[in-house]
Amino acid sequence: MTDSSLVIAGKSFTSRFLLGTGKFKNKKDLSDSITASGSQIVTVALRRIDLERHEENILEHIPSHITLLTNTSGARNAQEAVRIAHLAKASGCGNWVKIEVINDSKYLLPDNQETIKATEILAAEGFVVLPYISPDLYAARALVKAGAATIMPLGSFIGSNQGLKTKEFIQVLINEIDLPIVVDAGIGAPSQAAEAMEMGADAVLVNTAVATAQNPQGLARAFALAVEAGRMAYLSGLPLKLPLGSASSPLTGFLYDELPAN
Amino acid sequence: MNFQQIKNILNDKSPESVEELAQEAAKLTRQQFGRAISLYAPLYLSNFCSSHCTYCGFNSHYKIQRMKMSPEQYRKEMQFIHAKGIRNILMLTGESYTHTPLSYLKEASQIASEYFQGISLEVHPMQTEEYKELFAAGVDGITVFQETYDRTRYAQVHLSGYKKDYDFRYATPARAAQAGIRQISLGVLLGLSDVVKDITALYQHLQELEKSFPGVEYAVCFPRLRPVKTESLVKCDVDDIQFVKIIALTRVLFPRAGVNISTRESPRLRDHLLEIAVTRMSAGVNTSVGGYSLLKEKEQDPQFDIKDERSVDEIVQLLKSKNFDPVFTDWRHIENSL
Repeated sequence: MTDSSLVIAGKSFTSRFLLGTGKFKNKKDLSDSITASGSQIVTVALRRIDLERHEENILEHIPSHITLLTNTSGARNAQEAVRIAHLAKASGCGNWVKIEVINDSKYLLPDNQETIKATEILAAEGFVVLPYISPDLYAARALVKAGAATIMPLGSFIGSNQGLKTKEFIQVLINEIDLPIVVDAGIGAPSQAAEAMEMGADAVLVNTAVATAQNPQGLARAFALAVEAGRMAYLSGLPLKLPLGSASSPLTGFLYDELPAN
Repeated sequence: MNFQQIKNILNDKSPESVEELAQEAAKLTRQQFGRAISLYAPLYLSNFCSSHCTYCGFNSHYKIQRMKMSPEQYRKEMQFIHAKGIRNILMLTGESYTHTPLSYLKEASQIASEYFQGISLEVHPMQTEEYKELFAAGVDGITVFQETYDRTRYAQVHLSGYKKDYDFRYATPARAAQAGIRQISLGVLLGLSDVVKDITALYQHLQELEKSFPGVEYAVCFPRLRPVKTESLVKCDVDDIQFVKIIALTRVLFPRAGVNISTRESPRLRDHLLEIAVTRMSAGVNTSVGGYSLLKEKEQDPQFDIKDERSVDEIVQLLKSKNFDPVFTDWRHIENSL
């Protein structure tokens, strides 16, 4: 079966699995996981990039052929996200940016409105903007207008490993939005990643589940395979799920009743 | 969680209950923070103090060598700390509105931003407008401990100075949050008053703040009172078992809160608490003004005696050997404005 590439802002990717780089216990686990997963896009929080200390500099553990997606972790509003994106570009991290605006340290839910504002500004400046949002149709439409390159709706609370709690809302975005839909946050098991891909998501981003696994590279590989399997299932057309048996009280039987003659 | 529930948990010292709580806390810590541990160093700028807190080595009634560093002096200390690899700094002073006024702290913060990515202050409480100025000068974090939430005890140990005003101090984190400060650290000094009452009140304070200012990153610290210059002023009756339970319970109730562990604690305890709930720790610490590079050890008057004297390199090696990722930069300076 042939699949088209994932295309974001004119750039083609054969892998539909994106990997986040937070929470790993050491840099070796991180680079091994990137290799094992075959991921071609990797997110890095600018706040964690230690440019001065070479040994600790996360960028030195990411192979050069990988597309770096800097995220604006720590931004609490659009203005701060824009500043962090500028700083990332000035630090040599390129112009691909994942907008992450969070003004709630308890639930870590993204602020869609501020995300839209930041996307407008940065897309107009020529950044490739991948906004992270709570799945909401109106926000997604506004982001399309604002010039986003993808939409990244959350599956469930970030870091929760709870899977697709927002499934129906993500499905609406898949149905209605023409940009690539990358399911981000909450994906805790390969089966959940496969589920997102079966629904027609274009890609999946995982971080916590891999980073905190006993064997990160093993799980990274498992996720990549699950994403591939889910994609193949989607392209193959899943058969409809039908209820077993037939209704016990037909609703339209009356149409064939013989009416009493008047 | 109410007073009685917290009391029951902390008083149950059966090994099974301690272990169960620690396991639950460890699970949440790994899920929320992975195995990343943020490192920072304290920098004491001045020990002038106008308050008389009976338990503190800087209290205004002590005849100690009072010293306030000049910008040239603290720049030297900053360079020393920076050279050790530290990028998060916590600058401290005694609580003196006259010796270390806003203008002094602003200048120190501006100079610190040449060397550090994360800048926090532990200084006298101020007004919202003053915090706004500090935020604009590059300050990201404010540490202000209530010390004890027991008003009667508070009055007994804070005998004079601005610090006598319990309510002004209590509302300080809210004023800092209002001004845009990103990180706020709360704490109680264990040993000052009834531990259960203090912990219960601290949790309530934190909950109120989370609700009013959800965007702030909160952290907590539970320093146990240590003798000052070998003089034991207050005896801390919180043993290691209860201490571990307090730390673990805090993680369970506040999964996202940073938990800090003081160098007052032994290396052994600090190391074990990393597995349970601690997410940030100081390294290569000196608690005297000018203690890093300006004064010889016998000339120093520390705020408290430290138990963990390991260098930054030693802490980093320790973390790596235990499969933790030492984090030096947790923030990048952006122009702060509201």
